[in-house]
Amino acid sequence: MTMVTVLSRRLLLSAAVILALLVILPSALDPYQTILLSYGLIFAIAALGFNLLLGYTGLLSFGHSAYFGMGAYAVAFIVKYLKITSMEVFLIGGILASAAVAALFGFLCVRYTRIFFGILTLALSQVLWSLAFKFFWVTGGTDGLRVPTPSLLGMQMAPGQDKMTFLAHRYYYYVLIIFLAGLAVMWVIVHSPFGKALQAIRDNETRAEFVGVQVRKYRFVAFLISGAYTGLAGALWVPLNGLTTPEILHWTFSGKIVFFTVLGGFQTFVGPIIGAVVYNYLETYAVGHTVYWQLVLGIVLVVLVLALPAGIVGTAKRLGLRLRRAA
Amino acid sequence: MNLLVTKVLTKYFGDTHAVDGVDFTVQQGELLALIGANGAGKTTLVNLISGMLRPDSGSIVFQGADVTSQSVHGRIKAGIARSFQLVNLFDQLTVLDNVALVIFSREGKTRNFVYLADHDRPVRQEAMDVLQRFGLENKANMLAGGLAQGERKLLDVAVAVALRPKLLLLDEPTSGVSTREKAPIMDIITAIVRSEHITAVIIEHDMDVVFKYSDRIVVMHQGTILADGTPDEIRTNDQVITTLIGTQASG
Repeated sequence: MTMVTVLSRRLLLSAAVILALLVILPSALDPYQTILLSYGLIFAIAALGFNLLLGYTGLLSFGHSAYFGMGAYAVAFIVKYLKITSMEVFLIGGILASAAVAALFGFLCVRYTRIFFGILTLALSQVLWSLAFKFFWVTGGTDGLRVPTPSLLGMQMAPGQDKMTFLAHRYYYYVLIIFLAGLAVMWVIVHSPFGKALQAIRDNETRAEFVGVQVRKYRFVAFLISGAYTGLAGALWVPLNGLTTPEILHWTFSGKIVFFTVLGGFQTFVGPIIGAVVYNYLETYAVGHTVYWQLVLGIVLVVLVLALPAGIVGTAKRLGLRLRRAA
Repeated sequence: MNLLVTKVLTKYFGDTHAVDGVDFTVQQGELLALIGANGAGKTTLVNLISGMLRPDSGSIVFQGADVTSQSVHGRIKAGIARSFQLVNLFDQLTVLDNVALVIFSREGKTRNFVYLADHDRPVRQEAMDVLQRFGLENKANMLAGGLAQGERKLLDVAVAVALRPKLLLLDEPTSGVSTREKAPIMDIITAIVRSEHITAVIIEHDMDVVFKYSDRIVVMHQGTILADGTPDEIRTNDQVITTLIGTQASG
Protein backbone atom coordinates (compact mmCIF):
# COMPACT_ATOMS: atom_id res chain seq x y z
CA MET A 1 0.00 0.00 0.00
CA THR A 2 2.78 2.45 0.92
CA MET A 3 4.50 1.55 -2.34
CA VAL A 4 1.36 2.61 -4.19
CA THR A 5 1.12 5.88 -2.26
CA VAL A 6 4.75 6.66 -2.94
CA LEU A 7 4.25 5.86 -6.61
CA SER A 8 1.13 7.95 -6.99
CA ARG A 9 2.75 10.81 -5.07
CA ARG A 10 5.69 10.65 -7.44
CA LEU A 11 3.25 10.53 -10.35
CA LEU A 12 1.37 13.58 -9.09
CA LEU A 13 4.63 15.44 -8.62
CA SER A 14 5.84 14.72 -12.13
CA ALA A 15 2.41 15.63 -13.52
CA ALA A 16 2.59 18.95 -11.68
CA VAL A 17 6.07 19.64 -13.05
CA ILE A 18 5.00 18.85 -16.61
CA LEU A 19 1.89 20.99 -16.25
CA ALA A 20 3.99 23.91 -14.93
CA LEU A 21 6.37 23.52 -17.88
CA LEU A 22 3.47 23.48 -20.34
CA VAL A 23 2.14 26.70 -18.81
CA ILE A 24 5.49 28.53 -18.77
CA LEU A 25 6.80 27.36 -22.14
CA PRO A 26 5.22 30.03 -24.40
CA SER A 27 7.09 32.78 -22.54
CA ALA A 28 10.37 30.89 -22.83
CA LEU A 29 10.12 29.58 -26.38
CA ASP A 30 9.83 31.42 -29.65
CA PRO A 31 6.33 31.40 -31.18
CA TYR A 32 7.24 28.80 -33.77
CA GLN A 33 8.17 26.28 -31.07
CA THR A 34 4.98 26.93 -29.15
CA ILE A 35 2.89 26.42 -32.26
CA LEU A 36 4.73 23.18 -32.89
CA LEU A 37 3.85 22.06 -29.40
CA SER A 38 0.20 23.01 -30.03
CA TYR A 39 0.17 20.67 -33.00
CA GLY A 40 1.61 17.95 -30.80
CA LEU A 41 -1.04 18.43 -28.12
CA ILE A 42 -3.81 18.38 -30.73
CA PHE A 43 -2.50 15.15 -32.24
CA ALA A 44 -2.31 13.82 -28.69
CA ILE A 45 -6.05 14.38 -28.26
CA ALA A 46 -6.66 12.42 -31.47
CA ALA A 47 -4.37 9.63 -30.27
CA LEU A 48 -6.09 9.51 -26.87
CA GLY A 49 -9.39 8.96 -28.63
CA PHE A 50 -7.90 6.41 -30.98
CA ASN A 51 -6.38 4.47 -28.10
CA LEU A 52 -9.74 4.05 -26.37
CA LEU A 53 -10.38 1.65 -29.24
CA LEU A 54 -6.94 0.08 -29.64
CA GLY A 55 -5.53 -0.05 -26.13
CA TYR A 56 -8.74 -0.42 -24.15
CA THR A 57 -11.23 -2.14 -26.46
CA GLY A 58 -8.79 -4.13 -28.60
CA LEU A 59 -9.91 -2.73 -31.96
CA LEU A 60 -7.35 -1.41 -34.44
CA SER A 61 -8.96 1.31 -36.54
CA PHE A 62 -7.22 2.28 -39.74
CA GLY A 63 -9.76 4.97 -40.51
CA HIS A 64 -9.43 7.62 -37.84
CA SER A 65 -8.53 10.22 -40.45
CA ALA A 66 -12.29 10.22 -41.16
CA TYR A 67 -13.16 11.71 -37.76
CA PHE A 68 -10.19 14.08 -37.62
CA GLY A 69 -11.03 15.27 -41.14
CA MET A 70 -14.72 15.51 -40.39
CA GLY A 71 -13.96 17.72 -37.39
CA ALA A 72 -11.80 19.95 -39.56
CA TYR A 73 -14.22 20.13 -42.52
CA ALA A 74 -17.17 20.78 -40.20
CA VAL A 75 -15.32 23.90 -39.00
CA ALA A 76 -14.56 24.94 -42.56
CA PHE A 77 -18.22 24.52 -43.51
CA ILE A 78 -19.32 26.56 -40.50
CA VAL A 79 -17.07 29.37 -41.76
CA LYS A 80 -18.09 28.98 -45.40
CA TYR A 81 -21.84 28.63 -45.03
CA LEU A 82 -22.71 30.12 -41.64
CA LYS A 83 -20.03 32.84 -41.60
CA ILE A 84 -19.37 32.10 -37.94
CA THR A 85 -15.82 32.26 -36.53
CA SER A 86 -16.46 31.45 -32.88
CA MET A 87 -14.07 28.73 -31.65
CA GLU A 88 -16.72 27.34 -29.29
CA VAL A 89 -19.13 26.87 -32.20
CA PHE A 90 -16.27 25.24 -34.12
CA LEU A 91 -15.67 22.75 -31.34
CA ILE A 92 -19.33 21.85 -30.91
CA GLY A 93 -19.77 21.55 -34.67
CA GLY A 94 -16.62 19.48 -35.03
CA ILE A 95 -17.58 17.10 -32.24
CA LEU A 96 -21.17 16.67 -33.47
CA ALA A 97 -20.16 16.12 -37.09
CA SER A 98 -17.44 13.60 -36.27
CA ALA A 99 -19.70 11.82 -33.76
CA ALA A 100 -22.39 11.55 -36.44
CA VAL A 101 -19.93 10.00 -38.89
CA ALA A 102 -18.54 7.76 -36.14
CA ALA A 103 -22.09 6.62 -35.32
CA LEU A 104 -22.70 5.66 -38.94
CA PHE A 105 -19.31 4.03 -39.54
CA GLY A 106 -19.24 2.48 -36.09
CA PHE A 107 -22.64 0.89 -36.61
CA LEU A 108 -21.17 -0.98 -39.57
CA CYS A 109 -17.67 -1.64 -38.25
CA VAL A 110 -18.37 -3.04 -34.76
CA ARG A 111 -19.96 -6.08 -36.39
CA TYR A 112 -16.41 -7.15 -37.21
CA THR A 113 -13.13 -7.50 -35.35
CA ARG A 114 -9.42 -7.80 -36.12
CA ILE A 115 -8.31 -7.34 -39.72
CA PHE A 116 -11.90 -7.11 -41.03
CA PHE A 117 -12.59 -4.25 -38.66
CA GLY A 118 -9.36 -2.51 -39.67
CA ILE A 119 -10.00 -2.85 -43.40
CA LEU A 120 -13.60 -1.70 -43.10
CA THR A 121 -12.64 1.42 -41.13
CA LEU A 122 -9.98 2.14 -43.75
CA ALA A 123 -12.36 1.67 -46.66
CA LEU A 124 -15.05 3.89 -45.15
CA SER A 125 -12.56 6.67 -44.40
CA GLN A 126 -11.39 6.52 -48.02
CA VAL A 127 -15.00 7.14 -49.10
CA LEU A 128 -14.93 10.43 -47.19
CA TRP A 129 -11.57 11.27 -48.67
CA SER A 130 -12.83 10.76 -52.22
CA LEU A 131 -15.93 12.86 -51.48
CA ALA A 132 -13.73 15.72 -50.25
CA PHE A 133 -11.50 15.23 -53.27
CA LYS A 134 -14.23 15.14 -55.94
CA PHE A 135 -16.93 17.50 -54.69
CA PHE A 136 -14.70 20.53 -55.14
CA TRP A 137 -17.59 23.02 -55.37
CA VAL A 138 -18.39 22.17 -51.74
CA THR A 139 -15.00 21.17 -50.35
CA GLY A 140 -12.64 23.15 -52.54
CA GLY A 141 -11.11 19.88 -53.80
CA THR A 142 -7.36 19.72 -53.41
CA ASP A 143 -7.23 23.48 -52.75
CA GLY A 144 -9.12 22.81 -49.57
CA LEU A 145 -11.02 25.36 -47.50
CA ARG A 146 -9.56 28.29 -45.59
CA VAL A 147 -10.37 28.87 -41.95
CA PRO A 148 -9.64 32.31 -40.48
CA THR A 149 -8.41 33.01 -36.97
CA PRO A 150 -11.36 32.36 -34.67
CA SER A 151 -12.65 34.30 -31.71
CA LEU A 152 -11.91 32.62 -28.39
CA LEU A 153 -14.72 32.88 -25.83
CA GLY A 154 -16.14 35.73 -27.88
CA MET A 155 -12.86 37.66 -27.98
CA GLN A 156 -11.50 38.47 -31.40
CA MET A 157 -7.81 38.69 -32.12
CA ALA A 158 -6.78 42.25 -31.21
CA PRO A 159 -6.67 44.42 -34.36
CA GLY A 160 -3.18 44.66 -35.67
CA GLN A 161 -2.02 41.71 -33.57
CA ASP A 162 0.34 39.33 -35.29
CA LYS A 163 -1.33 35.99 -36.11
CA MET A 164 1.77 34.06 -35.00
CA THR A 165 1.67 35.75 -31.60
CA PHE A 166 -2.03 35.00 -31.27
CA LEU A 167 -1.53 31.32 -32.11
CA ALA A 168 1.52 31.00 -29.90
CA HIS A 169 -0.15 32.52 -26.87
CA ARG A 170 -3.89 32.71 -26.56
CA TYR A 171 -4.59 29.84 -28.92
CA TYR A 172 -1.91 27.69 -27.32
CA TYR A 173 -3.50 28.11 -23.89
CA TYR A 174 -6.91 27.39 -25.37
CA VAL A 175 -5.58 24.15 -26.83
CA LEU A 176 -3.79 23.33 -23.58
CA ILE A 177 -6.96 23.72 -21.51
CA ILE A 178 -8.99 21.56 -23.86
CA PHE A 179 -6.20 19.00 -23.94
CA LEU A 180 -6.14 18.84 -20.14
CA ALA A 181 -9.92 18.60 -19.94
CA GLY A 182 -9.94 15.86 -22.59
CA LEU A 183 -7.17 14.06 -20.73
CA ALA A 184 -9.08 14.18 -17.44
CA VAL A 185 -12.33 13.00 -19.02
CA MET A 186 -10.58 10.13 -20.82
CA TRP A 187 -8.81 9.13 -17.62
CA VAL A 188 -12.13 8.86 -15.83
CA ILE A 189 -13.69 6.96 -18.74
CA VAL A 190 -11.00 4.27 -18.81
CA HIS A 191 -11.10 3.88 -15.03
CA SER A 192 -14.91 3.76 -14.83
CA PRO A 193 -16.99 0.57 -14.76
CA PHE A 194 -17.65 1.25 -18.45
CA GLY A 195 -13.89 1.39 -19.09
CA LYS A 196 -13.43 -1.90 -17.23
CA ALA A 197 -16.08 -3.47 -19.42
CA LEU A 198 -14.18 -2.33 -22.51
CA GLN A 199 -10.97 -3.88 -21.19
CA ALA A 200 -12.86 -7.07 -20.47
CA ILE A 201 -14.04 -7.12 -24.08
CA ARG A 202 -10.45 -6.57 -25.21
CA ASP A 203 -9.16 -9.45 -23.06
CA ASN A 204 -11.90 -11.97 -23.73
CA GLU A 205 -14.88 -11.16 -25.87
CA THR A 206 -16.64 -14.48 -25.23
CA ARG A 207 -16.40 -14.26 -21.48
CA ALA A 208 -17.44 -10.61 -21.52
CA GLU A 209 -20.64 -11.66 -23.30
CA PHE A 210 -21.16 -14.41 -20.71
CA VAL A 211 -20.93 -12.07 -17.76
CA GLY A 212 -23.62 -9.90 -19.29
CA VAL A 213 -21.63 -7.25 -21.16
CA GLN A 214 -23.35 -6.50 -24.46
CA VAL A 215 -20.16 -6.56 -26.47
CA ARG A 216 -21.35 -4.99 -29.70
CA LYS A 217 -23.16 -2.17 -27.93
CA TYR A 218 -20.12 -1.32 -25.81
CA ARG A 219 -17.85 -1.42 -28.81
CA PHE A 220 -20.20 0.98 -30.55
CA VAL A 221 -20.16 3.46 -27.67
CA ALA A 222 -16.36 3.24 -27.49
CA PHE A 223 -16.23 3.88 -31.24
CA LEU A 224 -18.47 6.92 -30.83
CA ILE A 225 -16.40 8.44 -28.02
CA SER A 226 -13.21 7.66 -29.91
CA GLY A 227 -14.48 9.33 -33.08
CA ALA A 228 -15.72 12.39 -31.19
CA TYR A 229 -12.31 12.85 -29.52
CA THR A 230 -10.51 12.63 -32.81
CA GLY A 231 -13.06 15.03 -34.32
CA LEU A 232 -12.42 17.49 -31.49
CA ALA A 233 -8.72 17.32 -32.38
CA GLY A 234 -9.56 18.02 -36.03
CA ALA A 235 -11.60 21.08 -35.05
CA LEU A 236 -8.71 22.42 -32.94
CA TRP A 237 -6.20 21.69 -35.68
CA VAL A 238 -7.82 23.56 -38.54
CA PRO A 239 -7.56 27.17 -37.22
CA LEU A 240 -3.93 26.46 -36.38
CA ASN A 241 -3.26 25.16 -39.86
CA GLY A 242 -5.48 27.82 -41.45
CA LEU A 243 -6.58 25.39 -44.14
CA THR A 244 -8.07 21.96 -44.47
CA THR A 245 -7.35 19.74 -47.47
CA PRO A 246 -8.39 16.16 -48.36
CA GLU A 247 -4.93 15.04 -47.20
CA ILE A 248 -6.10 14.78 -43.60
CA LEU A 249 -8.91 12.46 -44.68
CA HIS A 250 -6.50 10.17 -46.49
CA TRP A 251 -5.68 6.79 -44.95
CA THR A 252 -2.03 7.77 -44.59
CA PHE A 253 -3.10 10.21 -41.91
CA SER A 254 -4.95 7.36 -40.15
CA GLY A 255 -1.62 5.53 -40.29
CA LYS A 256 0.01 8.46 -38.51
CA ILE A 257 -2.52 8.28 -35.68
CA VAL A 258 -1.81 4.56 -35.37
CA PHE A 259 1.86 5.40 -35.31
CA PHE A 260 1.58 8.06 -32.57
CA THR A 261 -0.07 5.47 -30.39
CA VAL A 262 2.22 2.54 -31.06
CA LEU A 263 5.30 4.74 -30.79
CA GLY A 264 4.25 6.02 -27.37
CA GLY A 265 2.91 2.65 -26.19
CA PHE A 266 -0.73 1.68 -26.59
CA GLN A 267 -0.77 -0.37 -23.41
CA THR A 268 -0.32 2.73 -21.29
CA PHE A 269 -2.61 5.68 -20.74
CA VAL A 270 -0.07 8.43 -21.46
CA GLY A 271 1.77 6.55 -24.24
CA PRO A 272 -0.30 7.92 -27.12
CA ILE A 273 0.21 11.49 -25.87
CA ILE A 274 3.99 11.16 -25.75
CA GLY A 275 3.95 9.35 -29.08
CA ALA A 276 1.96 12.13 -30.77
CA VAL A 277 4.18 14.93 -29.46
CA VAL A 278 7.41 13.08 -30.27
CA TYR A 279 6.25 12.07 -33.75
CA ASN A 280 5.25 15.64 -34.49
CA TYR A 281 8.76 16.88 -33.65
CA LEU A 282 10.39 14.04 -35.58
CA GLU A 283 8.41 14.73 -38.71
CA THR A 284 8.81 18.49 -38.51
CA TYR A 285 12.60 18.29 -38.16
CA ALA A 286 12.96 15.59 -40.78
CA VAL A 287 10.97 17.68 -43.25
CA GLY A 288 13.01 20.75 -42.36
CA HIS A 289 16.38 19.11 -42.89
CA THR A 290 16.14 16.94 -45.96
CA VAL A 291 14.04 16.31 -49.04
CA TYR A 292 14.38 12.61 -48.22
CA TRP A 293 12.48 13.20 -44.99
CA GLN A 294 10.16 10.24 -45.52
CA LEU A 295 13.18 7.94 -45.74
CA VAL A 296 14.76 9.44 -42.63
CA LEU A 297 11.50 9.27 -40.75
CA GLY A 298 10.90 5.70 -41.87
CA ILE A 299 14.31 4.55 -40.66
CA VAL A 300 13.96 6.35 -37.35
CA LEU A 301 10.55 4.84 -36.81
CA VAL A 302 11.62 1.30 -37.71
CA VAL A 303 14.53 1.53 -35.30
CA LEU A 304 12.32 2.96 -32.56
CA VAL A 305 9.73 0.23 -32.96
CA LEU A 306 12.34 -2.55 -33.04
CA ALA A 307 14.21 -1.14 -30.07
CA LEU A 308 11.13 -0.17 -28.06
CA PRO A 309 8.40 -2.68 -28.83
CA ALA A 310 6.36 -1.56 -25.82
CA GLY A 311 6.58 2.04 -27.01
CA ILE A 312 8.39 4.92 -25.35
CA VAL A 313 6.25 4.99 -22.22
CA GLY A 314 5.94 1.20 -21.97
CA THR A 315 9.73 0.83 -22.13
CA ALA A 316 10.29 3.64 -19.64
CA LYS A 317 7.91 1.95 -17.22
CA ARG A 318 9.72 -1.36 -17.52
CA LEU A 319 13.09 0.31 -16.99
CA GLY A 320 11.73 2.14 -13.97
CA LEU A 321 10.43 -1.09 -12.51
CA ARG A 322 13.77 -2.82 -13.08
CA LEU A 323 15.68 0.03 -11.46
CA ARG A 324 13.40 -0.01 -8.44
CA ARG A 325 13.81 -3.77 -8.09
CA ALA A 326 17.58 -3.42 -8.30
CA ALA A 327 17.62 -0.66 -5.69
CA MET B 1 -39.50 -28.43 -8.71
CA ASN B 2 -38.05 -28.28 -12.17
CA LEU B 3 -35.73 -25.34 -12.70
CA LEU B 4 -34.81 -26.23 -16.25
CA VAL B 5 -36.44 -28.49 -18.79
CA THR B 6 -35.29 -29.22 -22.32
CA LYS B 7 -37.63 -30.97 -24.74
CA VAL B 8 -36.35 -33.01 -27.70
CA LEU B 9 -33.43 -30.60 -27.89
CA THR B 10 -31.43 -31.25 -31.06
CA LYS B 11 -28.22 -29.86 -32.51
CA TYR B 12 -26.46 -31.11 -35.61
CA PHE B 13 -22.95 -30.33 -36.74
CA GLY B 14 -23.12 -31.43 -40.37
CA ASP B 15 -24.03 -35.11 -40.17
CA THR B 16 -23.10 -35.44 -36.53
CA HIS B 17 -25.99 -35.49 -34.08
CA ALA B 18 -24.18 -33.71 -31.28
CA VAL B 19 -27.33 -33.44 -29.20
CA ASP B 20 -30.10 -35.70 -30.44
CA GLY B 21 -33.61 -35.18 -29.09
CA VAL B 22 -32.56 -34.70 -25.48
CA ASP B 23 -35.16 -34.36 -22.70
CA PHE B 24 -33.10 -33.06 -19.83
CA THR B 25 -34.37 -31.80 -16.52
CA VAL B 26 -32.62 -29.98 -13.71
CA GLN B 27 -34.33 -29.87 -10.32
CA GLN B 28 -34.20 -26.82 -8.11
CA GLY B 29 -31.31 -27.01 -5.64
CA GLU B 30 -29.59 -30.14 -6.90
CA LEU B 31 -25.99 -30.67 -7.88
CA LEU B 32 -26.16 -32.62 -11.07
CA ALA B 33 -23.20 -34.24 -12.77
CA LEU B 34 -23.25 -34.61 -16.53
CA ILE B 35 -20.92 -37.36 -17.64
CA GLY B 36 -20.09 -39.24 -20.80
CA ALA B 37 -17.20 -39.99 -23.13
CA ASN B 38 -15.61 -37.30 -25.27
CA GLY B 39 -18.04 -36.35 -28.02
CA ALA B 40 -21.08 -37.53 -26.07
CA GLY B 41 -22.61 -34.06 -26.39
CA LYS B 42 -22.17 -32.73 -22.85
CA THR B 43 -20.52 -29.46 -23.77
CA THR B 44 -22.91 -28.96 -26.69
CA LEU B 45 -25.84 -29.38 -24.30
CA VAL B 46 -24.35 -26.77 -21.96
CA ASN B 47 -23.69 -24.48 -24.92
CA LEU B 48 -27.32 -24.78 -25.96
CA ILE B 49 -28.62 -24.06 -22.47
CA SER B 50 -26.29 -21.09 -21.95
CA GLY B 51 -27.14 -19.62 -25.36
CA MET B 52 -23.72 -20.00 -26.92
CA LEU B 53 -25.32 -22.21 -29.59
CA ARG B 54 -28.81 -22.19 -31.07
CA PRO B 55 -30.62 -25.54 -31.24
CA ASP B 56 -31.82 -26.88 -34.59
CA SER B 57 -35.05 -27.97 -32.90
CA GLY B 58 -36.53 -28.53 -29.48
CA SER B 59 -37.09 -26.13 -26.62
CA ILE B 60 -35.48 -24.92 -23.42
CA VAL B 61 -37.69 -23.80 -20.56
CA PHE B 62 -36.14 -22.07 -17.55
CA GLN B 63 -38.30 -21.31 -14.51
CA GLY B 64 -41.38 -21.87 -16.61
CA ALA B 65 -40.39 -19.42 -19.34
CA ASP B 66 -39.28 -20.47 -22.82
CA VAL B 67 -35.74 -19.20 -23.34
CA THR B 68 -34.98 -21.16 -26.53
CA SER B 69 -34.59 -18.05 -28.67
CA GLN B 70 -33.36 -15.72 -25.94
CA SER B 71 -29.98 -13.98 -26.24
CA VAL B 72 -27.03 -14.82 -24.00
CA HIS B 73 -27.63 -11.51 -22.25
CA GLY B 74 -31.29 -12.36 -21.63
CA ARG B 75 -30.40 -15.76 -20.19
CA ILE B 76 -27.83 -14.24 -17.85
CA LYS B 77 -30.47 -11.80 -16.62
CA ALA B 78 -32.82 -14.74 -16.11
CA GLY B 79 -30.15 -16.39 -13.95
CA ILE B 80 -28.17 -18.82 -16.09
CA ALA B 81 -24.38 -18.52 -15.73
CA ARG B 82 -21.56 -20.72 -16.91
CA SER B 83 -17.86 -21.34 -16.65
CA PHE B 84 -15.62 -22.72 -19.37
CA GLN B 85 -13.58 -25.84 -19.86
CA LEU B 86 -10.69 -23.85 -21.27
CA VAL B 87 -10.36 -21.02 -18.79
CA ASN B 88 -11.86 -17.76 -20.05
CA LEU B 89 -10.65 -14.85 -17.96
CA PHE B 90 -9.78 -11.20 -18.43
CA ASP B 91 -6.04 -11.78 -18.27
CA GLN B 92 -4.87 -8.17 -18.23
CA LEU B 93 -7.26 -7.19 -15.44
CA THR B 94 -6.47 -7.92 -11.83
CA VAL B 95 -8.07 -10.88 -10.11
CA LEU B 96 -10.21 -8.44 -8.13
CA ASP B 97 -11.29 -6.59 -11.26
CA ASN B 98 -12.29 -9.85 -12.94
CA VAL B 99 -14.87 -10.33 -10.23
CA ALA B 100 -15.70 -6.63 -9.74
CA LEU B 101 -16.51 -6.29 -13.44
CA VAL B 102 -19.07 -9.06 -13.12
CA ILE B 103 -20.71 -7.32 -10.18
CA PHE B 104 -20.78 -4.02 -12.10
CA SER B 105 -22.33 -5.87 -15.00
CA ARG B 106 -24.91 -7.60 -12.81
CA GLU B 107 -25.93 -4.28 -11.27
CA GLY B 108 -26.11 -2.51 -14.63
CA LYS B 109 -23.25 -0.20 -13.61
CA THR B 110 -21.04 -0.89 -16.62
CA ARG B 111 -23.09 1.74 -18.46
CA ASN B 112 -21.66 4.32 -16.13
CA PHE B 113 -18.54 6.14 -17.26
CA VAL B 114 -18.46 9.12 -14.94
CA TYR B 115 -17.04 7.58 -11.78
CA LEU B 116 -13.99 5.56 -10.83
CA ALA B 117 -14.55 1.84 -10.55
CA ASP B 118 -11.95 1.50 -7.80
CA HIS B 119 -13.86 3.93 -5.60
CA ASP B 120 -17.00 1.79 -5.49
CA ARG B 121 -16.57 0.33 -2.02
CA PRO B 122 -19.62 -1.96 -1.93
CA VAL B 123 -18.60 -3.58 -5.21
CA ARG B 124 -14.99 -3.98 -4.14
CA GLN B 125 -16.09 -5.41 -0.81
CA GLU B 126 -18.38 -7.91 -2.48
CA ALA B 127 -15.66 -8.88 -4.94
CA MET B 128 -13.24 -9.41 -2.05
CA ASP B 129 -15.85 -11.55 -0.29
CA VAL B 130 -16.25 -13.72 -3.36
CA LEU B 131 -12.46 -14.09 -3.68
CA GLN B 132 -12.22 -14.97 -0.01
CA ARG B 133 -14.72 -17.80 -0.39
CA PHE B 134 -12.64 -19.16 -3.28
CA GLY B 135 -9.41 -18.74 -1.30
CA LEU B 136 -8.08 -16.20 -3.80
CA GLU B 137 -8.08 -13.09 -1.59
CA ASN B 138 -4.29 -13.02 -1.42
CA LYS B 139 -4.10 -12.83 -5.21
CA ALA B 140 -6.60 -9.96 -5.53
CA ASN B 141 -4.13 -7.46 -6.97
CA MET B 142 -2.35 -9.86 -9.30
CA LEU B 143 -3.16 -9.92 -13.00
CA ALA B 144 -5.44 -12.85 -13.77
CA GLY B 145 -2.98 -13.91 -16.48
CA GLY B 146 -0.35 -14.55 -13.81
CA LEU B 147 -2.31 -17.10 -11.78
CA ALA B 148 -1.48 -20.81 -11.60
CA GLN B 149 -3.77 -23.19 -13.45
CA GLY B 150 -5.69 -24.37 -10.37
CA GLU B 151 -6.30 -20.76 -9.31
CA ARG B 152 -7.41 -19.87 -12.82
CA LYS B 153 -9.98 -22.65 -12.75
CA LEU B 154 -11.29 -21.36 -9.42
CA LEU B 155 -11.42 -17.77 -10.62
CA ASP B 156 -13.30 -18.90 -13.72
CA VAL B 157 -15.98 -20.36 -11.44
CA ALA B 158 -15.84 -17.34 -9.11
CA VAL B 159 -16.59 -15.06 -12.06
CA ALA B 160 -19.71 -17.10 -12.84
CA VAL B 161 -20.77 -17.25 -9.18
CA ALA B 162 -20.45 -13.45 -8.84
CA LEU B 163 -23.38 -13.18 -11.25
CA ARG B 164 -25.51 -14.72 -8.46
CA PRO B 165 -27.04 -17.23 -10.85
CA LYS B 166 -29.95 -19.53 -10.17
CA LEU B 167 -28.46 -22.14 -12.46
CA LEU B 168 -24.70 -22.55 -12.72
CA LEU B 169 -23.25 -24.59 -15.57
CA LEU B 170 -19.69 -25.71 -14.92
CA ASP B 171 -17.84 -27.24 -17.85
CA GLU B 172 -15.11 -29.42 -16.38
CA PRO B 173 -14.08 -27.21 -13.45
CA THR B 174 -11.13 -29.49 -12.66
CA SER B 175 -9.82 -30.26 -16.14
CA GLY B 176 -6.17 -29.45 -16.69
CA VAL B 177 -5.21 -29.53 -13.02
CA SER B 178 -3.28 -32.25 -11.24
CA THR B 179 -5.19 -35.10 -9.56
CA ARG B 180 -4.01 -33.85 -6.19
CA GLU B 181 -5.66 -30.45 -6.79
CA LYS B 182 -9.01 -31.81 -7.96
CA ALA B 183 -10.55 -32.59 -4.57
CA PRO B 184 -9.67 -29.23 -2.96
CA ILE B 185 -11.10 -27.38 -5.96
CA MET B 186 -14.30 -29.42 -5.92
CA ASP B 187 -14.58 -28.97 -2.13
CA ILE B 188 -14.50 -25.21 -2.52
CA ILE B 189 -16.92 -25.13 -5.43
CA THR B 190 -19.47 -27.50 -3.96
CA ALA B 191 -19.36 -25.77 -0.55
CA ILE B 192 -20.18 -22.44 -2.20
CA VAL B 193 -22.87 -23.90 -4.43
CA ARG B 194 -24.53 -25.60 -1.44
CA SER B 195 -24.31 -22.64 0.93
CA GLU B 196 -25.71 -20.22 -1.63
CA HIS B 197 -28.42 -22.64 -2.79
CA ILE B 198 -27.28 -22.46 -6.38
CA THR B 199 -28.48 -25.22 -8.65
CA ALA B 200 -25.45 -26.58 -10.50
CA VAL B 201 -24.77 -28.75 -13.51
CA ILE B 202 -21.19 -29.97 -13.58
CA ILE B 203 -19.57 -31.68 -16.53
CA GLU B 204 -16.86 -33.93 -15.17
CA HIS B 205 -14.71 -36.79 -16.35
CA ASP B 206 -13.27 -37.95 -13.07
CA MET B 207 -15.64 -40.65 -11.77
CA ASP B 208 -14.39 -40.38 -8.19
CA VAL B 209 -15.27 -36.70 -8.22
CA VAL B 210 -18.66 -37.39 -9.80
CA PHE B 211 -19.71 -40.05 -7.30
CA LYS B 212 -18.44 -38.10 -4.34
CA TYR B 213 -20.03 -34.73 -4.96
CA SER B 214 -23.22 -35.06 -7.00
CA ASP B 215 -26.85 -35.62 -6.01
CA ARG B 216 -27.80 -36.98 -9.39
CA ILE B 217 -25.93 -38.12 -12.45
CA VAL B 218 -26.98 -37.89 -16.09
CA VAL B 219 -24.98 -40.03 -18.50
CA MET B 220 -24.79 -38.99 -22.13
CA HIS B 221 -23.78 -41.18 -25.01
CA GLN B 222 -23.63 -40.19 -28.67
CA GLY B 223 -25.92 -37.21 -28.25
CA THR B 224 -28.61 -38.92 -26.18
CA ILE B 225 -29.21 -39.56 -22.51
CA LEU B 226 -28.17 -43.11 -21.64
CA ALA B 227 -28.96 -43.11 -17.95
CA ASP B 228 -30.20 -40.80 -15.23
CA GLY B 229 -30.11 -41.55 -11.53
CA THR B 230 -28.46 -41.20 -8.14
CA PRO B 231 -24.76 -42.00 -7.83
CA ASP B 232 -25.63 -45.40 -6.39
CA GLU B 233 -27.99 -46.19 -9.24
CA ILE B 234 -25.45 -45.15 -11.83
CA ARG B 235 -22.67 -47.06 -10.14
CA THR B 236 -24.63 -50.27 -10.49
CA ASN B 237 -26.16 -49.60 -13.91
CA ASP B 238 -24.83 -52.34 -16.21
CA GLN B 239 -25.38 -50.35 -19.37
CA VAL B 240 -23.36 -47.43 -18.02
CA ILE B 241 -20.63 -49.70 -16.78
CA THR B 242 -20.18 -51.39 -20.13
CA THR B 243 -20.33 -48.26 -22.29
CA LEU B 244 -18.57 -45.79 -20.13
CA ILE B 245 -17.01 -46.65 -16.85
CA GLY B 246 -15.64 -50.04 -17.72
CA THR B 247 -13.72 -51.59 -14.91
CA GLN B 248 -12.77 -48.30 -13.30
CA ALA B 249 -15.76 -47.93 -10.93
CA SER B 250 -16.44 -51.56 -10.27
CA GLY B 251 -13.05 -52.06 -8.73
